[in-house]
Amino acid sequence: MAAVTAFDEMYGVGDVYGRPQGSEGDVSAAYRSIQLWLDQSPPDLMAARRRQAELFFRRIGITFAVYGDPDAAERLIPFDIVPRILARSEWDGMEKGLKQRVTALNAFLADVYGPRDILRAGIVPEDLVLQNPGYCLQMAGRKPPGGVWTHIAGIDLVRTGPDEFYVLEDNARTPSGVSYMLENREVMLKLVPELFDKVKVAPVETYPEMLLETLASVSPRAGRGGGAPVCVLLTPGRHNSAFYEHSFLADKLGIELVEGSDLFVRDDIVFMRTTEGPERVDVIYRRLDDDFIDPLAFNPTSMLGVPGLMAAYSQGNVTLANAVGTGIADDKAIYSYMPEIVRFYTGEEPILKNVPTWRCREPEALGYVLDHLAELVVKEVDGSGGYGMLIGPHAPQATLAAFAAKLKAHPEKFIAQPTLALSTCPTATDAGIAARHVDLRPFVLTGRNGSHIVPGGLTRVAMTPGSLVVNSSQGGGTKDTWVIDDA
Amino acid sequence: MLSRTASNLFWMGRYLERADFTARLIEATQRLSALPSSYGGAGNAWESALAATWMTQAYGERGLSVDEHSVSEFLTLDPGNPSSIRSCLEVARANARTVRTALTEEGWEAINSAWLEIARYGTSLDGRETLGPLLDLVKHAISAFEGAAQRTMLRGDAFWFVNMGSAIERADNSARLLDVKYHLLLPRGESVGGSLDYFQWTTILRTVSAMTAYRWVYRDSVKPWLVADLLILNRQMPRSLASCYDEILRHLDLLAAHSGKRGAAHRLAAAGHARLTGCDIDAIFTRGLHEFLTQFITDNNKLGEAIAEQYLF
Repeated sequence: MAAVTAFDEMYGVGDVYGRPQGSEGDVSAAYRSIQLWLDQSPPDLMAARRRQAELFFRRIGITFAVYGDPDAAERLIPFDIVPRILARSEWDGMEKGLKQRVTALNAFLADVYGPRDILRAGIVPEDLVLQNPGYCLQMAGRKPPGGVWTHIAGIDLVRTGPDEFYVLEDNARTPSGVSYMLENREVMLKLVPELFDKVKVAPVETYPEMLLETLASVSPRAGRGGGAPVCVLLTPGRHNSAFYEHSFLADKLGIELVEGSDLFVRDDIVFMRTTEGPERVDVIYRRLDDDFIDPLAFNPTSMLGVPGLMAAYSQGNVTLANAVGTGIADDKAIYSYMPEIVRFYTGEEPILKNVPTWRCREPEALGYVLDHLAELVVKEVDGSGGYGMLIGPHAPQATLAAFAAKLKAHPEKFIAQPTLALSTCPTATDAGIAARHVDLRPFVLTGRNGSHIVPGGLTRVAMTPGSLVVNSSQGGGTKDTWVIDDA
Repeated sequence: MLSRTASNLFWMGRYLERADFTARLIEATQRLSALPSSYGGAGNAWESALAATWMTQAYGERGLSVDEHSVSEFLTLDPGNPSSIRSCLEVARANARTVRTALTEEGWEAINSAWLEIARYGTSLDGRETLGPLLDLVKHAISAFEGAAQRTMLRGDAFWFVNMGSAIERADNSARLLDVKYHLLLPRGESVGGSLDYFQWTTILRTVSAMTAYRWVYRDSVKPWLVADLLILNRQMPRSLASCYDEILRHLDLLAAHSGKRGAAHRLAAAGHARLTGCDIDAIFTRGLHEFLTQFITDNNKLGEAIAEQYLF
């Protein structure tokens, strides 16, 4: 495969593959201490650290199931021990942009389930929202407690240049990966304590506390009076790919990890079954999709949910985080309107850029996409996890033809974007340190008292040379993300 | 605490205890079968090991010969035997994983490591060189978990349910071990107090690592009724039925103090406790050791069910 030219976060722009190590003079200020560390670590020490890291992850049991993989339940996500660095100044700008974007997302959700101003103003086409499978009719006219819709948002960012950050997608439903952000840091602290001595890294371990405050702040009990709200985390169970994360978070938050069968609804109030009898539940951090949360309201065949939960929710007796119906904001067609959405609700210019997007539902765009398929990335508007997407430059002719047919049959289901050359970072591979493509998912928490973000996020890294696919379900790995003060 | 969590913790405690017991039983059986035949070191030691785990019938259905290798493999690594050490650790780990939040990090890591290590042995036993380290691994792993639990778990319902599970299982194991000795070990015609008898009773003590304890308590040569006394009534002996019931009752009391509720499980546990307090070993032998133990095992199972019912498992 031809070498990809991309922005390398350590060395700056250029053809970074095969670049000799230790070439001095042009390493970015933020990466200098990392370069020194890499130079001082002989390959066998690096290999020993990598083995050590794997052992840590295996023992703590951080696994990620990949559906269809026979060893599914026990697979480790590859972890890279070279941290990814962001200078404080870079982070500050990003943080502002993230808060602005999530504020707009929340306002958008409140609006499309409320007065629908943005549709009337003709900014976003009405049918795109109202006929969208992600639009939840049962939520129309409802207002979740505290007025917050997306309490936990994961915004995927990619970098293409020194000051060029793009939002790749918004995850406003049930974004995952935060446990890796936290555990990656723990493992790094164990592996290279001496490096932390030299480089002062902004801590991320306040996340669980921030999340608990966020959840408690939107409890309906705040309006009812009474004691501390009872929060729980609802998981589909231990066979779910993200079960590790669910149990990890419940543990860190000190709240019960419940399955659907642990909860029941009586008189529109949610209770959990405990050894001491029923206990009332106020806030549910649910890691279960809308379709499965209540067989009475949605998918009637689902055994995972709680019958009557939607009724209790509609009565305002329980908070669901994230709210039901937030999937509309994850939609990739809606994504293409985000700059307009940000302007409409905040009156400001968007700080974070959108990747230019062709909406295939528009005939002109479709024509362009079909003509340039081999250069573009095509995604399903409601897809996630890297499933069902086409990466034009890497696809064989037959796949391109098959995708073209799919596009013509259901153009409204797809969007297309140029293949961005994601930035690269030094990464430990079997053949030594090499550049690999990365993206970043910071987690934005929003409660009654505004939005909060811990510095950094989850950096995902494509472990194969030249690959742009960083999804963990597609074999991507992760690395620790360090926000450090500018030199 | 969620009822489902309580149930998982209780059963996790039971399965860990069972894995530990099985490991100890195999070691003791090895020792017994290594005796020269002039001391009665006959092959039936492995039969008694199967009987003590109540696996005689299941094993018989396999049509395997009753020898050290096959029985050890069946009791350690056989995934088809629900009580094999491997199966016990697998279930305990699955339970622990489901209720990961109710355990401390160290507690969970001890169980997870134990499972990962036993899984490395696969499902067939290479030979005696493998068996020794494997049994050590199991005993160390259970000790590591208990140590981690002891040092890191909150003294709350999670801790009590795990301990109650292990206490009930331990009582069950001790009772079955004694019963097997009484019923199976002694061949017809062999006199009580003969040399075979001596080694067999000694083996029971070794199974539960109580040889030295016996000497400290009784300062006497090994005598069947004293071994039975140690394992049934002696409160200093952590594996005795009386000790186990002390523990069960204490944990139930702690749970009751926590929730303000008592129930059927309390009544059963208190009755069982009283029965063990109010009798001496002569009375038990007069009535029949086997009858006593059979009744105990039945009552102990009932108590397990009552706990599940009371705490809404």
